[in-house]
Amino acid sequence: MNFFVVLRKELIEQWRTKRMLIVAAVLVIFGLASPLLAKVTPDLLKAIPDVPAALAGLFPTPTLADAISQYLKNMSQFGVLLALLMSMGSVAQEKERGTAAMLLTHPVSRFTFLLAKFVALTFTFAISLAVAALGCWYYTQLLFEALPWGPFLALNGLMLLVFLVYVAVTLLCSTLVRTQGAAAGLAFAALIIVAGVGSLPRIDEYFPGRLFTWGGTIVLGGGDPAWAAFWVSLGIIAAAISIAWLVFRRQEL
Amino acid sequence: MIQIESLHKHYGAVHALDGLNMTVEPGVVYGFLGPNGAGKTTTLRILTGLARPTSGRVVVAGVDLTSDGHTLSHRIGYLPEEPAFYPWLTPREYLDMLGRLHGLDAAKRTTRGKELLALVNLGEAGKRRIGGFSHGMRQRLGLAAALVHKPEVLLLDEPVSALDPLGRKEVLELIEHLSGQCTILMSSHILADVERVCNVVGIIARGRMIVQSPREALMDRYAQPVFEAEGEDPAAIKRWADTVRLQSWATAVNLDGDRLRVTVSDVKRARRELLASAVAQEIALRRYEEVRPSLEDVFLQLVEKEAIQ
Repeated sequence: MNFFVVLRKELIEQWRTKRMLIVAAVLVIFGLASPLLAKVTPDLLKAIPDVPAALAGLFPTPTLADAISQYLKNMSQFGVLLALLMSMGSVAQEKERGTAAMLLTHPVSRFTFLLAKFVALTFTFAISLAVAALGCWYYTQLLFEALPWGPFLALNGLMLLVFLVYVAVTLLCSTLVRTQGAAAGLAFAALIIVAGVGSLPRIDEYFPGRLFTWGGTIVLGGGDPAWAAFWVSLGIIAAAISIAWLVFRRQEL
Repeated sequence: MIQIESLHKHYGAVHALDGLNMTVEPGVVYGFLGPNGAGKTTTLRILTGLARPTSGRVVVAGVDLTSDGHTLSHRIGYLPEEPAFYPWLTPREYLDMLGRLHGLDAAKRTTRGKELLALVNLGEAGKRRIGGFSHGMRQRLGLAAALVHKPEVLLLDEPVSALDPLGRKEVLELIEHLSGQCTILMSSHILADVERVCNVVGIIARGRMIVQSPREALMDRYAQPVFEAEGEDPAAIKRWADTVRLQSWATAVNLDGDRLRVTVSDVKRARRELLASAVAQEIALRRYEEVRPSLEDVFLQLVEKEAIQ
């Protein structure tokens, strides 16, 4: 199957251009640092000279909830940023350089070309997130208490889904334009729109960002599931890839 | 092997192709000539499926491109003017990937890769990353990439334009070697190269075919005899050129320093009168000869005629 040949090429590219390593390094660093920061932040604040004793007493003793909250905060910011940075040039750069034209005169369909890129990025984020989650789990049980495996796995699964929404949307932006810079601009505009609209009351229940909150409640208890946001996220991924394909198959290279 | 009928390609108000008709018979090496912007690259990109025609019909190796472009990729090889590669791959890996795409098994991929790298003189660079390759090396690798699957039709867009004289010679020899094994359509602005390797020539201008014909027939039909002379005194040569221009049999008189080039319509009269006029004006000549007209002469004559029309 030519899909696996192109996927292999994508994975080799991510490895040799160190993109895989960068994603893994950033996510692992924040995965490890999150429980550590949650644990030491109150102590660091107390250690500031001249903090009144009464104020120092107000700093709460860190808990498992703080560790999870810190993990969600760090990963949502840096994971989404990485999704944009790693995907923005994937199609635009190949069109700009002419490598897409060279490859697509061989038996590779344009759908295969796009899908291989999405699957390779999925693989990179999944592996990196798995290692980061393992680090976070280890430090959390070391500094706080043991994390239940199942719910923590579900939290990371939802987090991966959000990252993939941004990967798919950025891939679409990269397909629509011809240069990497234009793709980056378009992807950042899409990110601002999704984040802005997704923070509006009631509407936020349907937006991918809600999955972070749901993930937190799965681990810590309380709150309702966000199935609407889950299905909308899957829908955005499917729609972004389909639109990218429909556009790309009509494009001249 | 390639049949193009009434091909149009419009980019807004610009008509890159304006009713192009073209036939390339199986097994020939077809030289596709035209001035810059004539539509050569557009035609090749349509043949590869990278661009779509506005209207018209294109059939390559029996496949109508308007209905089934994907099937064709197994049967054509394409070398663009500036081939682009993944800089993090080695030539061996790149050819291996293309071999996989064309369904070759591991043993065949290895053999074919080595064979092609040796053929394009990149055997020793096989394990180096392509990112460090020179323009010429990329051009040669592009040719190897186009040949991986032994295509029936080879489309070459300016295949030697980026090469040094030695590289040019090697690639032209390779094209000559491939002649008969597959049908080759080669665009070029180096007319001497086309003259050397192509047995059929098509000249395109402003998106239309001006003429296409076997090379020898084209030369017989359009090439007018040419006389060349070089003198010792440029001023005297200029005076002589002015008198030659007045002769009815002189269709073109080009003066370049002390070198005169006269294209004639009546070779017998020119043989009698041209040298005689030099002698009559006591012009000292270093060289005087009747030369075989080149494809370049025919090309310029036809393209200039088309531009006037």
